[in-house]
Amino acid sequence: MFNMSTLFSCVGGLENLFPLCGVERTTKNASNRTKQSRNQSPYRRIEICTMSMADEPLYPIAVLIDELKNDDIQLRLNSIRRLSTIARALGEERTRKELIPFLSENNDDDDEVLLAMAEELGVFIPYVGGVEYAHVLLPPLETLCTVEETCVRDKAVESLCRIGSQMRESDLVDYFVPLVKRLAAGEWFTARVSACGLFHIAYPSASETLKAELRSVFSQLCQDDMPMVRRAAATNLGKFAATVEPTHLKADIMQIFDDLTQDDQDSVRLLAVEGCAALGKLLEPQDCVAHILPVIVNFSQDKSWRVRYMVANQLYELCEAVGPEPTKTDLVPAYVRLLRDNEAEVRIAAAGKVTKFSRILSPELAVQHILPCVKELSSDSSQHVRSALASVIMGMAPVLGKDATIEQLLPIFLSLLKDEFPDVRLNIISKLDQVNQVIGIDLLSQSLLPAIVELAEDRHWRVRLAIIEYIPLLASQLGVGFFDDKLGALCMQWLQDKVYSIRDAAANNLKRLAEEFGPDWAMQHIVPQVLDMIKNPHYLYRMTVLRAISLLAPVMGSEITCSKLLPVVVTASKDRVPNIKFNVAKVLQSLVPIVDHSVVEKSIKPCLVELAEDPDVDVRYFANQALQSIDQVMMSS
Amino acid sequence: MNGGDGGDVAAAPAGPPPPLDWKFSQVFGERTAGEEVQEVDIISAIEFDKSGDHLATGDRGGRVVLFERSDTKENGGSRRDIEKIDYPTSRHPEFRYKTEFQSHEPEFDYLKSLEIEEKINKIRWCQTSNGALFLLSTNDKTIKYWKVQEKKIKKVASMNVDPSKAVGKGNIGSSIVSSSTNSHLANGGCKDKSSTNLINDFKFPAGGIPSLRLPVVTYNETSLVSRCRRVYAHAHDYHINSISNNSDGETFISADDLRINLWNLEISNQSFNIVDVKPVNMEDLTEVITCAEFHPTHCSTLAYSSSKGSIRLVDLRQSALCDKHSKLFVEQEAPGSKSFFTEIIASTSDIKFGRDGRYILSRDYMTLKLWDINMDSGPVSTFQVHEYLRPKLCDLYENDSIFDKFECCLSGDGQRVATGSYSNLFRVFGCGPGSNESTTLEASKNPMRRQVQTPARPSRSLSSITRAVRRGGGESPGVDANGNSLDLTTKLLHLAWHPSENSIACAAANSLYMYYA
Repeated sequence: MFNMSTLFSCVGGLENLFPLCGVERTTKNASNRTKQSRNQSPYRRIEICTMSMADEPLYPIAVLIDELKNDDIQLRLNSIRRLSTIARALGEERTRKELIPFLSENNDDDDEVLLAMAEELGVFIPYVGGVEYAHVLLPPLETLCTVEETCVRDKAVESLCRIGSQMRESDLVDYFVPLVKRLAAGEWFTARVSACGLFHIAYPSASETLKAELRSVFSQLCQDDMPMVRRAAATNLGKFAATVEPTHLKADIMQIFDDLTQDDQDSVRLLAVEGCAALGKLLEPQDCVAHILPVIVNFSQDKSWRVRYMVANQLYELCEAVGPEPTKTDLVPAYVRLLRDNEAEVRIAAAGKVTKFSRILSPELAVQHILPCVKELSSDSSQHVRSALASVIMGMAPVLGKDATIEQLLPIFLSLLKDEFPDVRLNIISKLDQVNQVIGIDLLSQSLLPAIVELAEDRHWRVRLAIIEYIPLLASQLGVGFFDDKLGALCMQWLQDKVYSIRDAAANNLKRLAEEFGPDWAMQHIVPQVLDMIKNPHYLYRMTVLRAISLLAPVMGSEITCSKLLPVVVTASKDRVPNIKFNVAKVLQSLVPIVDHSVVEKSIKPCLVELAEDPDVDVRYFANQALQSIDQVMMSS
Repeated sequence: MNGGDGGDVAAAPAGPPPPLDWKFSQVFGERTAGEEVQEVDIISAIEFDKSGDHLATGDRGGRVVLFERSDTKENGGSRRDIEKIDYPTSRHPEFRYKTEFQSHEPEFDYLKSLEIEEKINKIRWCQTSNGALFLLSTNDKTIKYWKVQEKKIKKVASMNVDPSKAVGKGNIGSSIVSSSTNSHLANGGCKDKSSTNLINDFKFPAGGIPSLRLPVVTYNETSLVSRCRRVYAHAHDYHINSISNNSDGETFISADDLRINLWNLEISNQSFNIVDVKPVNMEDLTEVITCAEFHPTHCSTLAYSSSKGSIRLVDLRQSALCDKHSKLFVEQEAPGSKSFFTEIIASTSDIKFGRDGRYILSRDYMTLKLWDINMDSGPVSTFQVHEYLRPKLCDLYENDSIFDKFECCLSGDGQRVATGSYSNLFRVFGCGPGSNESTTLEASKNPMRRQVQTPARPSRSLSSITRAVRRGGGESPGVDANGNSLDLTTKLLHLAWHPSENSIACAAANSLYMYYA
């Protein structure tokens, strides 16, 4: 075992030991810094450092400021991250007059530095003298809005919005609105892309004429030559529309929206789909039905599967926007079409929304329209479609009620539970609690067991791992009786799996079962079987037992630990394999807080002392560590 | 969109345009007599950007060299149109060396025990922004996204801590910060505590500290900096033969022998497979993908060619996996003409969309074919590139020349097409209605030297009496009927047509020749 933290604390310790001796020494882990420091020597003189620190308390800040322009990007980044410190050192006025203009010119830097700068400036209002001076922060952010790295621009826009939302109205008109107009007229598409995200801040405080101008500028952006700009406009349409007055919403914004929905770039139309839901919520229901509904229905039959995929994902929100009646007449047929789409990706998206969609319909409609599709999907040719369906189908049970569930849904559950693809089965099992609430587990348990057993013995260890994770849930659902009969043996079997992760998960599983059913039950059904395994000839399985013991001990309590678990551990300390022995040391250390002092003194300590004399270095190391921690516990108590 | 400025040559008048009179313009990396060509210097990719103001070449040594247009630079784009009106023929595109960078390095795939060559297979220009140039370059396995930008060289003029006064002091600064960054590293990226506290504990006076100054930076010169912005790797099991940008400005495709993947320019750790022609059993493999290109304006249309000479048009809207094509372009072979070489020479080595996206130009070993995407019964026209080689196919097969992959290109106005051949020759054909323009040029300072001697379309009879006096493979040049030497080692594989003017850039080994008309 190689302990990283000890190594580093050791290095730190050396630094403390030699600060004044004038010893020159190389530092291994400082090499990446010193390499770029101002002179070439690989050595650092530590003694000067402490000396002049006393002389000049300003020193660190001076260095921090200088390093805004250091050649090493890490140092620049470090300085930018502490921009607020620099600002406080300079004072508000000089921050406004010097630091901010200085930063405005600093647009040539690496993206990491620019990103950090965009982020810091977003919270910089207090350092420039409060809200009345907030506008001085706009120029550097405006420059950052034009760089070509998307994440920097996005961060700059975010910071601008944050600042803009705090600015005084008059300042917004004087500074923010012109900024938006400048960016929107930018030569490069990057500026225009950024502009799209700022309209919703600029618009509300503008005058009537200015508002009209902003609307027309936005509409121009929606017709930009560059698809990137149109995409940005489509993305931000909802946000902007929320600030526009209802009269203009119906006229200008809907016109813009219509144009976007007919864009010849798929990627733009995709984003317009999202706009449907956002706009729908802003419009009066009757306008929504008149303007948005036809668009949605059109989109649901778009030539591009990606657009239909978006509709499938958004349809639920769209239903909320148009209200129940149009949902019934128009959107249910659209949704049914999507469930039967010939592109698997669309069916996956649609299948994943079956429950959510059914919830907003009446049970009759769900049974009449959705359920037949669900039946078809349960035998879909794509396993991913079935998998998506399996993960949500259980949620339909409460919607349909007990009778319909038993009659209609149960056969689908059962067929999915027997699916050849393990993910499908797992998804069903993971949502078992939902169906339990409606029909009870009895009806399912018969078909459930073979499915669980099959998954428990699946060829792929990840599948086995997944089913182990669900065992405690299943146990609580199925009850002690069922569990003892059928699943107990499986849980023990996993402890001897070939794969470590499974054995580890199995040990954890035992702990969770003990928590679920209580120590008495565990004493009867888990502990003896586990302890029995310590005789296994293979040391890896014996190690699993130790792991299980360390996990079970806190649940079982002091008494059982002392009487049953501890003796086994102590015996294991005589094992011939060193790995077992140092694991014994670790387990013993973990048992200390559970048992009484007397037990520690009587059994644990002697055992560890003996291990500390072991010929194996690792055993000695862990034994000593355990002894040390015992000493600490003893001292503190 | 972008090429629209000055690029639109007026619609073709009634009759075919007169044949172009090609003149030598420039050469870069010309070989001096007796100089041996280094393998790494051989050019393997040429590409103009959309505006035609920049040209990029890639070579076998993994380098990318950029050239910029020098004849219009000082006047800016708008002046160009005016000039064209005033002096219609006096100006032609001239380029100058701009910069170069090492795009790919030789690598070794330890898992598959495969050497990965650094050779640049394709270069594609991306959307310019903020005055910086962007391009994609690829070798057999890895695609890289490059940004080339003019950066000011900064010189820090004034600082708080005078580095010259105290070298020791200079160190102090870095030692403070470096010790803090050390702990920063050791804690796995947590914000460092010690030195922040040091500063935060200090009480700043209300008006700030007047003695502190911001560094003053002066800029005196600029330099071009090339930075690799993203690396798109580990997505191809076979060799990448093409990359192509989508008109949406955010995605591109990369194609290898069996698969085509779709990428988002901003996301390098995930790509989507859209075409997969790999059969379940590799023994059933009969056809590989040779080239793939996006439609210039329709974001959802994509064409790819195969080793069987077919071109498939794919509609990305139809389905997520586009294994089914929406259109297939293949020429029905004439019955009875089948020979051992028929299949080999049918393999398409390159396809290009015309600028309006209506036509696709394809090149196979012997011919150039122009296809109308609205007509899938056969090519609109077929041009014989070097018909005189037909009798020698057997020799060409033996020395593997038959597998050479020639590229092709269309002029910006779609009126002409061009492709390369052996002996550093390349051919330009008129493809407008009624045009029978057909020119042979040599990549040298005297491009028209050959034309006098060779007839525009060599007739069958001439080539059939060609005496093949070649000894021992491609090393010794053959001589055709007109006494022209046929040199199989000097093949002109790569060439590109300027997007808006009649100007061709072509690669002869390590030299880049430019011609105009």
